[in-house]
Amino acid sequence: MTDPDRPPPPLDVARRAGYDEPPPRVGFFTDTSVCIGCKACEVACKEWNALPEDGLDLLGMSMDNTGMLGANSWRHVAFVEQRRPGTGGPDEQTAAVEPRLRAAPRGGSELGTTPLPTSPKRAVADLGMPTVGRPGDGTGAETRTDFRWLMESDVCKHCTEAGCLDVCPTGALFRTEFGTVVVQQDICDGCGYCVSGCPYGVIDRRPHDGRAQKCTLCYDRLKGGLTPACAKACPTESIQFGPLDVLRERADRRLAELHGQGVAEAQLYGRDPDDGVGGHGSMFLLLDRPEVYGLPPAPVVPTRSAPQIWRRVGAAAAAFALAGIGAFVSSAFGDDR
Amino acid sequence: MGSNMAEAHPVAFQWVMEAKKNGARVVHVDPRFTRTSALADSYVRIRAGTDIAFLGGVVHHVLSNDLDFREYVAAYTNAAFLVNEGFADTEDLDGLFSGYDPATGSYASTTWDYEGARQRATAPMETGMGGPPIEGAAGGIAQDPTLEDPRCVFQVLKRHFSRYTPEMVERVCGVPREEFLQVCRAWTANSGRERTSALVYSVGWTQHTVGAQNIRAGAIVQLLLGNIGRPGGGIYALRGHANIQGSTDIPTLFDLLPGYLPMPRAGQADLAAYLDRLRARTQKGYWEEADAYLVSLLKEYFGEAATADNDFGFDWLPRIDGDHGTYRTTMDMVDGRVSGYLVMGQNPAVGSANGRLQRLALANLDWLVVRDLTMIETASFWQDAPEVETGEIAPERCRTEVFFLPAASHVEKAGSFTQTQRMVQWREKAAEPVGDQRSDLWFFHQLWRRIRERVADSTDPRDEPLQRLAWDYRTEGTGDDEEPDPEDVLRRINGVDLTTGRTVDGFTDLRADGTTACGCWQYSGVYADEVNQAARRKPHDQQGPYDPEWGWTWPANRRLLYNRASADLDGRPWSERKKLVWWDPDQGRWTGHDVPDFPPTTPPGHEPPAGARGPAALRGDDPFIMQADGKGWLFAPTGVVDGPLPTHYEPHESPVRNPLYGQQGNPTRRVYPRPENPYDPSPPEGDPGVFPFVLTAARLTEHHTAGGMSRQLPHLAELQPELFVEVSPELARLRGLTHLWWAHVVTARAAVEARVHVTDRMAPLQLDGQVVHQVWLPYHWGPTGLVTGDVVNDLLGIVADANVLIQESKVATCDVLRGRRPRGAELTALLARLRTRAGITATTGTTLVTAGPSPTDPPRETP
Repeated sequence: MTDPDRPPPPLDVARRAGYDEPPPRVGFFTDTSVCIGCKACEVACKEWNALPEDGLDLLGMSMDNTGMLGANSWRHVAFVEQRRPGTGGPDEQTAAVEPRLRAAPRGGSELGTTPLPTSPKRAVADLGMPTVGRPGDGTGAETRTDFRWLMESDVCKHCTEAGCLDVCPTGALFRTEFGTVVVQQDICDGCGYCVSGCPYGVIDRRPHDGRAQKCTLCYDRLKGGLTPACAKACPTESIQFGPLDVLRERADRRLAELHGQGVAEAQLYGRDPDDGVGGHGSMFLLLDRPEVYGLPPAPVVPTRSAPQIWRRVGAAAAAFALAGIGAFVSSAFGDDR
Repeated sequence: MGSNMAEAHPVAFQWVMEAKKNGARVVHVDPRFTRTSALADSYVRIRAGTDIAFLGGVVHHVLSNDLDFREYVAAYTNAAFLVNEGFADTEDLDGLFSGYDPATGSYASTTWDYEGARQRATAPMETGMGGPPIEGAAGGIAQDPTLEDPRCVFQVLKRHFSRYTPEMVERVCGVPREEFLQVCRAWTANSGRERTSALVYSVGWTQHTVGAQNIRAGAIVQLLLGNIGRPGGGIYALRGHANIQGSTDIPTLFDLLPGYLPMPRAGQADLAAYLDRLRARTQKGYWEEADAYLVSLLKEYFGEAATADNDFGFDWLPRIDGDHGTYRTTMDMVDGRVSGYLVMGQNPAVGSANGRLQRLALANLDWLVVRDLTMIETASFWQDAPEVETGEIAPERCRTEVFFLPAASHVEKAGSFTQTQRMVQWREKAAEPVGDQRSDLWFFHQLWRRIRERVADSTDPRDEPLQRLAWDYRTEGTGDDEEPDPEDVLRRINGVDLTTGRTVDGFTDLRADGTTACGCWQYSGVYADEVNQAARRKPHDQQGPYDPEWGWTWPANRRLLYNRASADLDGRPWSERKKLVWWDPDQGRWTGHDVPDFPPTTPPGHEPPAGARGPAALRGDDPFIMQADGKGWLFAPTGVVDGPLPTHYEPHESPVRNPLYGQQGNPTRRVYPRPENPYDPSPPEGDPGVFPFVLTAARLTEHHTAGGMSRQLPHLAELQPELFVEVSPELARLRGLTHLWWAHVVTARAAVEARVHVTDRMAPLQLDGQVVHQVWLPYHWGPTGLVTGDVVNDLLGIVADANVLIQESKVATCDVLRGRRPRGAELTALLARLRTRAGITATTGTTLVTAGPSPTDPPRETP
């Protein structure tokens, strides 16, 4: 996915954003191999950031009743039940869960308007956005011999090249001195461009208010020298917070450890600065492919193609201009009857 | 086993994850695949209520393959002791031990004696923490150090579990034999001189009619493998809340005084009679000093009024004369024998077994006081109980006057928590209580002020204990705001030397002559040097591996109980890797990384002089210093009322006939035949046609027990908003259930509706040609709160273990029917119909003895 013409983006995003002497870039390393699915991160996040309750509805997606990241859920623990081979297809459960999820007052749709229409007549067009059905269904069972239950606490990726930030017309989204990406609600005008700008479906607008919301990596706590609420509350250190270079090393070590223990499918997600978003500020150690967890396998920041598009638009415009001039020229010189 | 540690104890589970990172292998044995199973290295599915068969299988595997830690077993356990000739095992009596009396449903344990010693039959909890007294235990017990005498405990154990083979484990538990053997191999390979294994259990083991014996079975395996008293070993009883350990140490139980001193019984005329029941004259161990603990407690209760002349006020203590436990009391309420009830920090209308009986009981009181953080069903039952719908409780006529008092939460008051590890940790007040919310100390102090005024001039002898009570804590505030200073309460629990007025350093300072006062001998030392030791917070990176300066652990800040066993017979660590405490010959005392749990200067090879008693009678190789014989008990000659060895009995309600013995269920279990507490009879009495499935219930990590602390909070309620029932895809097909649609679970007692959750985490078991389906529900919901639902505990009956009177709430029989349950009179009619079909009456299931030949039984294997 990397454009060979482009130099790799500099890690020092804060300096690029204009900070003279920024502190080290910080982030999360979420090690899903030790996540126990307790959801303490979800609760700690809501408590600290004063986020409202997000719908008292049973979704039936394993133990997950949050469903997705959204304006009012900045941490989301995904539960993936990878089925026992031979117990039949997942169709029945999926059929039961899907309408529930669509009707859930959550968000995460094309412009953060909620809920999604459930009537087939009003079904929205498939925009190619990441979906959150029962992501584990139908994957991996061919090679596994037993049931497996995966858990993963998802969060904003705080991308090195942040689509939401790039498209924000008001400057409500900004890069902090810690290298994180934060929305200023008092500036946000609710246009929703950022919602379509995020390749992960993270940012979302709050119903009845319209302004965009997402994880701030507890900007206020960072300012006070504190650990973000979710990492602080995590009992098993599945969510680790720290300077990004330290976390990358730790992630590499943990991956090697798991590979050494024979967990061949273990992989890092968002670790690579050469990926489509220039690497995450919050990376993950996954025990299966990203799409199993409902994460896009190879996301690309939509604005990455912008220069190319503009170049092509420019070229096309130039060609049109030339053609137009040519037409005049030909008419000037061609009318020699 | 019997624990969903990751979900119910997530904070403690961090250490399991850390151990796993360090290379530990985690095995989870449980009826259902939980978040704990997801993180374990291997998961073994077991039929609910068959843990003893599984553990007995492990014992069989260990003994038949000579895998026990022989040196440890021979020296530190009672393996070598000979058992009375008159003892008959369950192998001889088709599932009963000798001494069973069918008329009372109980045992006379005289034939279980050690040879040469004389024990006394004791009622449950009659002797408290010290274990039962054994006359002659100091030196008089006949033994065979070679462990070959057919009457020695080791051989008795071998015979008792001789039929608990892998094949039998498969037949009883539904665990494939190869899977079972893998667990055996992992457990034994990781035990011995160089390695230790830890065993963790929770209420999945205790809430059974064989609750105490489940734990005994685990203890036997761990003793045989040398995993007790050693670092990395042990049996971890995980407590269900932050301070449940504290609430048994300084108890809210009817049969105990602080520090596991038994509550005096009716007929114990004086202190001497009480102490005589407690300890024998010729036995070993520290329970010999119980007199100092009790007298110091009486001095703390009654102060100056307690003198040697009046037996230190022993007569002012209440007496018990039988079962006064929570379920007995509830049934007495239904019968109109109880007029008032105080409920604090508990929600029995939702959280106790047989919810309908609980609510009918509450509706038959004169007054009820409920103190809680939020309005809970126990206070609002009169208007929102399901019985209002069925017409059994009429709000306008319910006579119970309910007083609801708002309580301060744990962050709104200072105090201490004692957690699973016995560690006492102080916590400060973080916020002032809002509105009328008050601390528990305030409530009791203000209640006491008012009671004292009432009884000041009374001449009724009944009021004398109240008049004499020395309630002289340092207080804060005045008048109606006055309350005791919690640190002073902890200081008084620690104990004070009355001659100097200073705190004592530990329980060895306590005296039986009235010169010391102590609220709980076990906690003695928590305020040593007039310092709140529980408030210490030295970080891990500034101290040694056992962190002695973080909080304070009873007893004597000892982190590992019975740690004398971590050293060999000569007092040297069994291995360098597993070094904890050892004998230092140069200093002539025990030393090490932890506080040694042994008389500090008694050398390893010590032989006590003839006639010695108490701590002085302990040999150098008697690590179990609270026991009358100083040994770890493979065989319990007394004190466990349902037998000296754990035996597999089927749960009270079970679709399976016991494949091991004619005796189906625990012959000493407490049954309560009452119209509002019907049971589904198990084979051979009944057949599993109407309620063919196994029901089990438990907690979710997102909610807190009966829901009082979570159903009212939006951030928790939204995480698990609705009651659901988990079924396997196979059971869903069998009963036509659809994911997320409605179903209702029915038992002999109730019907509860829930959303269907079809999941591969549940799976049917294959045993002996019989397919057993298990069904699981979380039990957090009730009629009030942001999220509401039916009360799952309504499904369960009241039937109890005879040792500690715990209810069997982890297993019952049920069926699952499509759709929502009927309402009102139709519901009552449905249950009546089901009971008729199953032949259930108020007395079915209460036949205790089924041992012996029965015409309806197929021929069974002979021993």
